[in-house]
Amino acid sequence: MSKRRTVLEHVRELASFRELLVNLTRKELTVRYQHSTLGFLWSMLQPVFLLVVYTAVFAILGAGFGKFSIWVLCGLLMWTFISTTLLTATKSITDNATLVGKVKFPRAVLPLASVAGALVHLGLQSIAFAGVLLVSRHSVDWAYMPLVPLAALTAALVVAGLAVIVAPMNVYARDTGHLLDLVVLGWFWATPILYQFERAAETLENNGLSKWLQMANPFTPVVITLQRAIYGSPTSIGDKRLALLPDESVGWYAMWLVAISAIAVLVLAGALRFFDRAETNMAEAL
Amino acid sequence: MEAVVVDNVSKTFRIATDPSDSLKERILRFRRTNYEEFVALRPLDLTIDQGETVGVLGHNGSGKSTLLKCIAGILTPTAGEVRVRGRLASLLELGAGFHHDLTGRENVYMNASFYGMSRRDVDAVFDDIVGFAELAQFIDEPVKHYSSGMYVRLGFAVAVNLDPDVLLVDEVLAVGDEVFQAKCISRIKQFQDEGRTIIFVTHDVETVRQICQRTIVLDHGQMVIDAHPSKSIRVFREYLHAHSPIDDPSSITESPVLFTDVRVRHANERSRRHLLPGESFTVEIDLHAAAPVERPVLAIEVGDPNGTPIFRVDTEDLGTPLRHLDGDHTVHIHVRNVELLDGEYPLNLTLSDRATGRVFDWREGSHQFEVANPTRATGLVALDVSVESDVEVLVDVEVDVEAAPRSPTE
Repeated sequence: MSKRRTVLEHVRELASFRELLVNLTRKELTVRYQHSTLGFLWSMLQPVFLLVVYTAVFAILGAGFGKFSIWVLCGLLMWTFISTTLLTATKSITDNATLVGKVKFPRAVLPLASVAGALVHLGLQSIAFAGVLLVSRHSVDWAYMPLVPLAALTAALVVAGLAVIVAPMNVYARDTGHLLDLVVLGWFWATPILYQFERAAETLENNGLSKWLQMANPFTPVVITLQRAIYGSPTSIGDKRLALLPDESVGWYAMWLVAISAIAVLVLAGALRFFDRAETNMAEAL
Repeated sequence: MEAVVVDNVSKTFRIATDPSDSLKERILRFRRTNYEEFVALRPLDLTIDQGETVGVLGHNGSGKSTLLKCIAGILTPTAGEVRVRGRLASLLELGAGFHHDLTGRENVYMNASFYGMSRRDVDAVFDDIVGFAELAQFIDEPVKHYSSGMYVRLGFAVAVNLDPDVLLVDEVLAVGDEVFQAKCISRIKQFQDEGRTIIFVTHDVETVRQICQRTIVLDHGQMVIDAHPSKSIRVFREYLHAHSPIDDPSSITESPVLFTDVRVRHANERSRRHLLPGESFTVEIDLHAAAPVERPVLAIEVGDPNGTPIFRVDTEDLGTPLRHLDGDHTVHIHVRNVELLDGEYPLNLTLSDRATGRVFDWREGSHQFEVANPTRATGLVALDVSVESDVEVLVDVEVDVEAAPRSPTE
């Protein structure tokens, strides 16, 4: 048996196959949009449609607060990225079984291509979202806007680590996908997307728990940063002035993102190590 | 220099006896699944030098594809190690790595990136690839509209144009049409001239004979022989005979006539083993017919030193049919004026039924004749060549006139 590689060697090998990553990502995107007349427009239409739906629904229910639909979209677009990546990454190896059985290449490229594909998607949806914001004359908080790409990067790192773990798991246990569906659903409600951070904080503190417990979910800092920057206010816009988000500085939000990113890099390194072990018998397990 | 070293490699597959590759099962059962072990490859050593072309023959399930996948790095050996020097390209399956919805062009780039090639590298050879595959008009069509032949052409064209040091080919060429097969073979020969290493897995004996310098035969995961193709092919045929499932009941019956002995003789065999160009030899075949056999056909085939057939004739063609065999007989085949140059020329002998084509007995490559050429001429055929000129000929070049080839028209 050949010696186990170090994570660094693995990363170096993956780096030399970046062209493959680009091609696989492009493939995923072309194949997805090939037979649709509107092509990429579909992914851009989604946020617009969601915006209309949420505005209408929450107007009828009378729930929420001022500009609630914009609030929701801040977190929802990010969540779409997180959940689609995880769900496509899970199947990235099993769906390419013939490829894995017949061609040699670093297999970790497959889940990473899922991340890259979803990232392109997120980019397109962000453009559409920006258009919506512009049209609705919503003003973002420019001081916090530089944190938006950092938040996206943080989310991408966390998701990449998870993708590299779940993809080989699904090779050896085919129902990983079903389990993950549940995990993703639970995770969605554990992240302050449809509700506000400070509202959950209240509930936690009423039960004698710290509100910072929420930050144990790596996607919470990501989402609240996006909300702080794009929704543009720590309190609700309108008459009621509800407390929504921690009223903290740019530096405080940045610190959380950097901390989560650092942990995510370590997790990704561990994930690659795990992947390396799983790769050994991958072709025959398929 | 060694290009590929297979060092004591073995491969055992574990097959779950109760298939339950799910998390649920694992959690509920709380223990590992029961496995049955299947040995696909027994410990095997193989060293292939740079520039060698090695054939791998074997039946389905003999372990040849497992061996190839271990060399390609797709499978990890259970024990042992494979070392490959340089870039390796493999053609393991028709259109492996091609995506149906992408065009030929996109697939070329995609395929090349599996070998770690950049877009720019591919740009440089793109026209060669398309030209070789003869797909210029279709290159921007999605490959799902391609025929299987077109798939192979594109796959082969990409693999050979990636500048690999080691090329692995598994069966795929059988799919292409004859013209393209010939083109592939000539490209493979060009590869050989360039000193590249090729490993060729097939059960097509003729291709092996044509292009391989060395051939191994695998049977039930074990290497049976590692030798010159003609020898390996014979062994392979014997194994095929011994192990293949009987699907034709007539093959169960004992052959009514068999070769009991075959000898190759020539006039000067006491003093030397080899022939000189232009000499003659005789193949003596002892036959034993257990039952009367009417008019069997005895064919002789001569191969060049690489095993490629260069001559074939049978008793019917010669107008000397064997009318009736019963009991012991001896047949002499006289081969006169062998105007060939250096080498060992393998002989294939086949005795078959004239009406049904059923092969009674055969010898393939087990006998041969050797020619040693005393002149400095090289090649295959001893042509009678001399020079006449008004230019003064230098006399210090000594030519052994005595042993010079005689004219074939003598």
